[in-house]
Amino acid sequence: MVDIQNLTFRRGERVIYDNMSMQFSRGKVTAIMGPSGIGKTTLLRLIGGQLKPDSGSIMFDGDNIPMLKRHELYQARKKMSMLFQSGALFTEMSVFDNVAFPIREHTRLPEAIIRMMVLMKLEAVGLRGARDLMPSELSGGMARRAALARAIALDPQLIMYDEPFAGQDPISMGVIVRLIKSLNDALGMTSIVVSHDVTEVMSIADYVYIVAERKVIGHGTPAQLLEHESPLVQQFLQGQADGPVPFHFKAANYAQELMEIKG
Amino acid sequence: MLNKLQQLGAATIGTVQGLGRASLMLFGALWGRPRPVKSWPLYVKQFYVVGVLSLLIILVSGLFIGMVLALQGYTVLAKFGAEQMLGPLVALSLLRELGPVVTALLFAGRAGSALTAEIGLMKATEQLSSMEMMAVDPLRRIIAPRFWAGLICMPLLALIFNAVGILGGHLVGVDWLGVDGGGYWSAMQANVDFYDDVVNGIIKSTVFAFVVTVIALHKGFDAIPTSEGISQATTQTVVTASLAVLGFDFILTAVMFGG
Repeated sequence: MVDIQNLTFRRGERVIYDNMSMQFSRGKVTAIMGPSGIGKTTLLRLIGGQLKPDSGSIMFDGDNIPMLKRHELYQARKKMSMLFQSGALFTEMSVFDNVAFPIREHTRLPEAIIRMMVLMKLEAVGLRGARDLMPSELSGGMARRAALARAIALDPQLIMYDEPFAGQDPISMGVIVRLIKSLNDALGMTSIVVSHDVTEVMSIADYVYIVAERKVIGHGTPAQLLEHESPLVQQFLQGQADGPVPFHFKAANYAQELMEIKG
Repeated sequence: MLNKLQQLGAATIGTVQGLGRASLMLFGALWGRPRPVKSWPLYVKQFYVVGVLSLLIILVSGLFIGMVLALQGYTVLAKFGAEQMLGPLVALSLLRELGPVVTALLFAGRAGSALTAEIGLMKATEQLSSMEMMAVDPLRRIIAPRFWAGLICMPLLALIFNAVGILGGHLVGVDWLGVDGGGYWSAMQANVDFYDDVVNGIIKSTVFAFVVTVIALHKGFDAIPTSEGISQATTQTVVTASLAVLGFDFILTAVMFGG
């Protein structure tokens, strides 16, 4: 479904990705994990065509995203969807209108059918009762579920989740984990989940990429990864504070620095 | 010295780049097939927010500026026994200069800052990004209606400002200071030219509308998506737009009335 080959992306002088390749197969939940600040969200924006890579190709459903013309890109985006970390609901619209937004923009369906579609999507995320609330009246977990309903409003082929579990309480986390899995299976979508919540991701992903230091350091099914020989992968999966990724930010010698402070 | 020169160069490049990005934004927003049925409600809403909600401040300021003009003008004119020229004095100052300029300055403070903050916050909360990912172009959906609303509303607001100001001048000059009412109107009628004064004023205020609205939209769209960035962008909108209005006013005045 999505095939990334030899992707290089720089932001100013900083290299974010160096010659990285990844594949996301149709109908599967593929997870990208890695420490914070390595540009996982950037990767989703690259797939969505909001950023252009310095080199490499990103094939989505037969199109090379970076090479598309503007209107072709907009056509391709109709087949994909992204759930932002903040939810990014439109604050001046009710939950109902938020979910109806992509349908109203891209189709000419009569209002009665739009209403039916929206209620079905809201029912799927358990928020049919909250349709008339404004986004500011929702809790964080509810906002993310409402945004999820909006993301699936037009039944996209690909849905990208940006940190769907971050900052959620255990209950809403469980709800979202279940939703991602069940939506993926029921609607036959391809899902890409970017996250660093190891347990949740390992429980639903069919395939996992672990990204660090500008490249993929390990990939495989969750079971394969648990057996992975790389110490970096193991440190990440087990959440050890110190290891190949050091606990300390690069600094001068500690004792020496303390000694140099003169009273 | 060299440092100063370098700073000047950097500032110039920054300004030119900003102009370029603003033009690209405007082009993206306005280029393409219009979709009147779908965008109609969006336009109505923006006309309301940008235009109707700015009415109060325009009405009040117009009234007071007209009254002050009459009061100040009367003292000078009375010295020469030329009180009957109060009408043209008030009308010409308003139509040619104060109406367009003060409206533009008020508009930059009232509507321009709001536009910048709104769009900046939409950017910061990823609403613009998510719209783009839903294959809806934020330039056409967010920027275009606000641009047209600003461009069309401000000249109308300036005309309202002028009308209210002239009534304010009448209130002070005729009703309070005792200038002859018939003279106030007939002298105004004899001395105000439709093309030279009224139309030129409308042209001025259309130019200001374009400048202020584009600056406000561009600053919001280009804002650094943090709370600090948005506050900076809002301030910049008011400062840059006000200075630009004054600069353009000088140029336009020189062209229209200078020689």
